[in-house]
Amino acid sequence: MPSKLIENTMRVNRLPHIWCPGCGHGILMRDVAQAIENCGLDPDKVVIVSGIGCSSRAAGYMNYNTLHTTHGRAIAFATGVKLANPELHVIVITGDGDATAIGGNHLIHAARRNIDLTVIVFNNSIYGMTGGQYSPTTPHMEKGTTAPYGNIDYVFDIPKLAEAAGATFTGRCSAYHAQQAIKLIEEGIRHHGFSVIDGVSVCPTYYGRKNKKGDSVKMLNWQKENFVDVKVAEKLPPEKLEGKTLIGKFYESNDKEEYTDMYMNLIERAGGNK
Amino acid sequence: MAGKRFQVLQGNEAVVEGGIAAGMRFYSGYPITPSTEIAERSALRLPQVGGKFIQMEDEIGGIAAALGASMAGLKAMTATSGPGFSLKQENIGYAAIAEIPIVIVDVQREGPSTGLPTSPSQGDLMQSKWGTHGDHPVIVISPSSVQECYNETVRAFNMAERFRVPVIFLMDEIVGHLREGCELIPPEELTISNRRVDREFNGTLAYAVQEGNYVPEYAPFGSGDHFNVTGLFHNLDGFPTNDSEVTDSQERRLLDKITKRRDRIEKWEEVDTDDCEVMIICFGGTARAVEGAMDASHQYDSVKIGMFRPITVWPFPEAALHKILKHNKHLRQIIVAEHNDGQMILEVQRLVEGTVPVTHLGKIDGTTITPDEILEKIKEVY
Ligand SMILES: Cc1ncc(C[n+]2csc(CCOP(=O)(O)OP(=O)(O)O)c2C)c(N)n1
Ligand code: SF4
Ligand SMILES: [Mg+2]
Repeated sequence: MPSKLIENTMRVNRLPHIWCPGCGHGILMRDVAQAIENCGLDPDKVVIVSGIGCSSRAAGYMNYNTLHTTHGRAIAFATGVKLANPELHVIVITGDGDATAIGGNHLIHAARRNIDLTVIVFNNSIYGMTGGQYSPTTPHMEKGTTAPYGNIDYVFDIPKLAEAAGATFTGRCSAYHAQQAIKLIEEGIRHHGFSVIDGVSVCPTYYGRKNKKGDSVKMLNWQKENFVDVKVAEKLPPEKLEGKTLIGKFYESNDKEEYTDMYMNLIERAGGNK
Repeated sequence: MAGKRFQVLQGNEAVVEGGIAAGMRFYSGYPITPSTEIAERSALRLPQVGGKFIQMEDEIGGIAAALGASMAGLKAMTATSGPGFSLKQENIGYAAIAEIPIVIVDVQREGPSTGLPTSPSQGDLMQSKWGTHGDHPVIVISPSSVQECYNETVRAFNMAERFRVPVIFLMDEIVGHLREGCELIPPEELTISNRRVDREFNGTLAYAVQEGNYVPEYAPFGSGDHFNVTGLFHNLDGFPTNDSEVTDSQERRLLDKITKRRDRIEKWEEVDTDDCEVMIICFGGTARAVEGAMDASHQYDSVKIGMFRPITVWPFPEAALHKILKHNKHLRQIIVAEHNDGQMILEVQRLVEGTVPVTHLGKIDGTTITPDEILEKIKEVY
């Protein structure tokens, strides 16, 4: 029997999903659904936009208005949806490749505009759907099917990238820390501006296997042991934070006016409200 | 404000005015010569009518945002030229399979790559039909005057909305930058089609079609029907499937939307085609030189020249051409005049099947074909 949350927010007749056993994407999808519920949004006004990848398949299972677009373009499609009808709550579910490789340009420009979208990157540090090639978040010297000798690229830090580009809300959460993830996504949705959340997922099938990280349980346990909340980290000495990954809300600002608000204002000035 | 009913406008400007008259309320794109005036005028005019304009970070974002806006219920357009048209191709296919109305303007320029940015060309004719991958429906309109830029943009929106397809508005630099008188016919005096919505029938089954129809009538996002939209082959609720029967029926229905409605889509102009000895086939801005040549030839009255000009270039007005071939007993020669190395001529040869000799007058040096060059060609072949 599906839980109440699943019944309310998912297309139950479309389950089970296509993801591998132990994939972190399902956990993160559930967290997004819970956050939408917690925000009390009218489901008729929620639009989930995604690109292409294992992560982007989440849109199809979620019982809202869902737009599964082309690889890398989710944020650009979402920009059009939101500007066309600012009443809609537009949430983007994307992958590390989708958002930061092929779609990296759209990510930084949407951040620069501060348009009210909430972007959750299901970041598994790999191209899952195409079978395990290295992505812009595959750690330096780790392996992928296209990095058999180790990946000599360096990674993007997604929240830092987004903040530098102008996003007004950034943070990171993980598949293991579900309660914190739900809360962070909830805050991101409530934030009136461009929000980017780096949702650290796990891909046991490719990333895990290629890099000998063990099964899903082991990978999630690794998150448990190595992820530290920013608030806790503030009180810890630097040596205790070595090799750790921070999660939580990193940045929020209400200094910049939101894009669609400014556009409605512009229409007023141009005389288009008559 | 649109202002006076009769104005002197550039073709590019007339496209925007025609679009607004048709109900366009969203434009997103990236500047590129010789199409930029379309973006500039949209930026000025759309907010005046409560519409939205956004300059995206590239052409892919331009078409993507327009498609998102269309899903949210607005009539949307994007405009570009060669290099940008190439970038938009993937999402033209997305619009075709997801059945999202959109108008894409390509003001053609000479050559591959950056080519000659400010020079006229018609080298994208085949790309406008085959540019995106896979079998897909396509409607392409090519105007040859500023007035036609206005009127045909209205028709482009009407067809995009009615058939839920991407419609390509294939202009060339000649028409885009041509300045001439244009009547800004107000919407009340035009036929305006809007996408049909039948929530009772479609609802969550966005891609179901009613008996005898080929076009689904789903509601825009926000209406309350929670369906999925995807570029994968999909079931009636938009959920992806690999089923070969579903794939076949969906692909065929997408193509049938156009092929079974050709009579409502095809449009062309004929001048003296019933008794001409030489018939010139052309489209877009090239028609202006052909008209000039015809005027000049009337002075000598040596050979009778006719013109056949597809306005809807894809699907090509086949039946109309066949009718001329059947009825005109004087026709001795066809000349296809176009600013490329031979694209429309391929379609013409396919249809003529050798019954009348077909020759080509093409130009790819960035200059325009002149009336004299057309008369020269007639002398040479006839
Ligand atoms: C234009 C284009 N290029 C490449 C692909 C192939 N492709 C599909 S998904 C994908 C990578 C997805 O990686 P990511 O966004 O990290 O999602 P994941 O599958 O890991 O969740 C690629 C390269 C495509 N579909 N479209
Ligand atoms: S390949 Fe990796 S990311 Fe894709 S479903 Fe399997 S575990 Fe998840
Ligand atoms: Mg990935």
